[in-house]
Amino acid sequence: MPTISVYKNDLFALLGKQYTDAEFDELCFDFGIEVDEDTTEEALKTGAEPELKLEIGANRYDLLCIEGIAQSLNEYIGNKEAPVYKTLPATTKLFVEPSTEQVRPIAAAAILRNITFTPKSYESFIALQDKLHSNICRNRSLVAMGTHDLDSIKGPFYYRALPKDDFKFTPLNQSKEMTGGEIVDFYNTPEQKSNLGRFTHIIQDSPVYPVIFDANNVVCSLPPLINSEHSKISVNTKNVFIEITAIDPTKAQIVLNQLVAMFSRYCDEPFAIEPVEIVSEHNNQSRITPNVSLRTMEVSKAYVNDALGLKLDTQEMAGELKKMSLQAVQSVKSDDILEVSIPITRPDVLHPCDIMEDVGVGYGFNNVPKDGELSNSTFIAAPLPINKIGDIFRESSSQAGWVEVLPLTLCSHDENFSFLRQKDNGDKVVELANPKTSEYQVVRTTLLPGILKTVKENRKHTLPIRVFESGDVVFKNLALERKAYNERHWGAIYVGKTSSFEIIQGLLGKVMQTFRTEWIADFGKKSAGRGYWIEEDVSNDTYFPGRGAKVIFRSKEGAEPIVIGECGALHPEVMNNFNIPYAASYVELNAEAFL
Amino acid sequence: MSSEKFQLEILQELNKNGSIESTLETYPEVSSQDVISNLKSLDAFGKVKFDTIETVYYDISTEGDEILNKGSYELRLLDLLAKIGQLSLKAKNDGLEMTPSELKLGQAKAFRNGWINKTAEGNLEIKQGIEKGDLKDETKNQLLAIKDGKHDTIDNKTLADLKKRKLIVQKKTVSYKVTKGTDFSTDLIKPETELTSDMIASGSYKDLKFKAYNFNSQGPLPASGALHPLNKIKQEFRQIFFNMGFTEMPSNQYVESSFWNFDALYVPQQHPARDLQDTFYLKNPLTCDLPTDKEYIKNIQAVHEQGAFDSIGYRYNWKEEEAKKLVLRTHTTSISAAMLHQLAKDQKPARLFSIERVFRNEAVDATHLAEFHQVEGVLADYDITLGSLIKFMEDFFSKMGVENLKFKPTYNPYTEPSMEIFSWHEGLKKWVEIGNSGMFRPEMLESMGLPRGLKVLGWGLSLERPTMIKYKVQNIRELLGHKVSLDFIESNPAARLDEDLYE
Repeated sequence: MPTISVYKNDLFALLGKQYTDAEFDELCFDFGIEVDEDTTEEALKTGAEPELKLEIGANRYDLLCIEGIAQSLNEYIGNKEAPVYKTLPATTKLFVEPSTEQVRPIAAAAILRNITFTPKSYESFIALQDKLHSNICRNRSLVAMGTHDLDSIKGPFYYRALPKDDFKFTPLNQSKEMTGGEIVDFYNTPEQKSNLGRFTHIIQDSPVYPVIFDANNVVCSLPPLINSEHSKISVNTKNVFIEITAIDPTKAQIVLNQLVAMFSRYCDEPFAIEPVEIVSEHNNQSRITPNVSLRTMEVSKAYVNDALGLKLDTQEMAGELKKMSLQAVQSVKSDDILEVSIPITRPDVLHPCDIMEDVGVGYGFNNVPKDGELSNSTFIAAPLPINKIGDIFRESSSQAGWVEVLPLTLCSHDENFSFLRQKDNGDKVVELANPKTSEYQVVRTTLLPGILKTVKENRKHTLPIRVFESGDVVFKNLALERKAYNERHWGAIYVGKTSSFEIIQGLLGKVMQTFRTEWIADFGKKSAGRGYWIEEDVSNDTYFPGRGAKVIFRSKEGAEPIVIGECGALHPEVMNNFNIPYAASYVELNAEAFL
Repeated sequence: MSSEKFQLEILQELNKNGSIESTLETYPEVSSQDVISNLKSLDAFGKVKFDTIETVYYDISTEGDEILNKGSYELRLLDLLAKIGQLSLKAKNDGLEMTPSELKLGQAKAFRNGWINKTAEGNLEIKQGIEKGDLKDETKNQLLAIKDGKHDTIDNKTLADLKKRKLIVQKKTVSYKVTKGTDFSTDLIKPETELTSDMIASGSYKDLKFKAYNFNSQGPLPASGALHPLNKIKQEFRQIFFNMGFTEMPSNQYVESSFWNFDALYVPQQHPARDLQDTFYLKNPLTCDLPTDKEYIKNIQAVHEQGAFDSIGYRYNWKEEEAKKLVLRTHTTSISAAMLHQLAKDQKPARLFSIERVFRNEAVDATHLAEFHQVEGVLADYDITLGSLIKFMEDFFSKMGVENLKFKPTYNPYTEPSMEIFSWHEGLKKWVEIGNSGMFRPEMLESMGLPRGLKVLGWGLSLERPTMIKYKVQNIRELLGHKVSLDFIESNPAARLDEDLYE
């Protein structure tokens, strides 16, 4: 969720009330925003102006600046009406050329005429652009905006895409003219990498770069990277030209609407916006932007009342919606239908359920009657079968004196393979594409690495160390929809001055007993019924030569015996790889065998 | 001497003389440990009573011995000055009868006693009018007195000073005054420590004397296994769900398609949650299949692209390839979605839950790990209202001892209304967020083919956070993962969510 900093005194002035902390917390809570931080105390020491850091919903782009937060809260508490936005006659055009299809095909524009900024509102205007760029614009990849001093340039404007060295201009806050290629190189330098360098990847490999020119062929901007120094705006700018370029038309519209909705209030005629005619015949995107008209959605009152457990009439429902910037009137179509008008500031309203929620917020979630009855259906509770098996393993091992551990399921490739003296044949392990550290390269295929890491961290513990885990490992299987599946395993270790395999063998016997599975002598030949035995496994290099075995299980008489696990004395190199200065024996089983 | 013989000797001595005034005098050859252990054992059977007598005495240190032999440093310095007149402290002063450190100690004391002066050149000389023959060597005399055992004649301040100067060492002798106990006799019937099966069989316990128990002791804790605290809490949660009629979902599926993890939940394909920064994507295998229900896929595409089921949609080009990318699930809601899709075939009320691991590609810190457990409940029912859901949440949380809930509007792509659940924490004296809840969006449910009247409530919380708050664990790595201490696991109490831990 985005966090927005606003000046506390300014916000309270806009709300017309000096709130106490508790009062303001409560207002925010009920409305659905959260006071993350209040710098009042800190500000007293530093002499800075106290700020509030407010956490807002990720779908409320209209709350990304103090203007919008104050407007919405004022409507919520009944101080103010929702603004009525209107458009003036268009005076200029933006021609979108087909060449832009190759890189960034959508454009939109608007003009804020006769605007008067103060240092603070100007700061807020710049900050809103940053917030929009990093949120809905997905770091400028989907949408980018540029704002210019209209008095330094002249319409009509042209949006075209050119090879990177076919144009040159002085980028904002620079003193030297550069070609498009030079500009990208400049922002790719290490000093700029964490600044505008974050956005160069969006265009740098494109055969053509998108550029906005004015009528005199003056470069206004190289979107989504940088504006020109020539058209730079300042706190004294009177007429602002806003241009939007995008690959997503819906988001382009939302972004332009938010900018004009928030800042047209500072124009000589508040909330009046001068649109721009977009000429874009090749892709049927010719239109006048922005379109600030209200959109309407029909909502059933019965639906809203049933969902919230309320019995509001038209007037009451309209009253709650008014608090949330929505206008509602009775539809002529039906008694049950409300026609709800949604302003450009509320693109988050997608479905009648969003309007239903707003009625709920207006009414107060904590005020709705709690008398709704749930269905009388009789529900039969049941555990997941494999969890039940897992619990039998957990109980029997802990009763036998073993301590349960809970390591992570992600580990490094080495921990899962080479540290255990195993090779990756590429047929079973699932690998991550983008881990932040090498600790998380694969999803484990055995419980052993996590258990050994836990032992290593606890090597100062009294010996012997006896720990177990019942948890999932993951294997690849390309025949499945999700190409991988979990398998519940159980693993237990004995760590001490001696490897003492017989102790692990005994634990295995004890656990098998709880699953009605007796040991069968002579490698399964002594009896033909259900049971288990172990056989040496010379192929498993995790164990010391001659001391590793497979665990074999026959579920019932006549059933084919299957390998369900392994056990043995761990190879000294394995102990060294995990920095454990002791000897150990280990057993691991596939718990699914007992389902 | 055996214990038995020594104890008999003590008893006979008491029988003869009535008391032993000092064990140290009567039994100088027996070590004090032996004396006390035998007295305690006789005392335990009421044979004797004893009092401890502590006596302090002082030994003369090696340095003190030297003073006894040669005199104190201050007088030796005077001797020296009498011989050589003046002494420069800056000179090397080799070959003198005193070492530099002895000179230093001696001059300090001699100055304090007013015996010496410093000349204008900074040399030491004997003060006018001081006659060495008139002076008493106090230090030496004190040490002599102590050596004769007469330290009582010296005041405590002086003793402390001598101790500080490391001329004497304080020592202590412990002796005991022994008198007859209530059960005194000269025979040594050894009382029994244990009641045995033989005594019970023969009835001999009736005539035997038993050693008193020391109840002021803990007793050794048994060696034992232990379950992990987080799994114990998980078990409590499962029990609450079972009691309320919930069935556990098959959430044992860590690898998930973007489709189930995001698209099915109406999370648009450019949503920040799908960023590489937040979600673990797989490189091997890279992509997966989509569900075989073609109608469902068509609905999802429509509801994202141009809208459907009364929604205007997100209005972007929905791409199958994006939905086929494999991820490690970021929430168990992916499983809930698959379960709800199945429910569309048999559209009846349902109660489902899971408590399982989820994965986030987050930087690890005190409260964040790349893996943690999500507790998730799903309740599908006809004609339910927000109020009934709030009431249900209150019931649910009251079973884990959490009362007094407040609900805050919030945003979640797949629920509307969405409510964060806060509870008043008496210990922290503030509202604490304890979970998230909401009604799944019609775009999600109706795409699956669920009827409009069937409302579905989902809610979730992390398993780690309430555990950390409850048991005051500051760092999540002390609770989950390989860095958890085995001692912590072994000594952890039973998990009782209803137990009031506020202090």
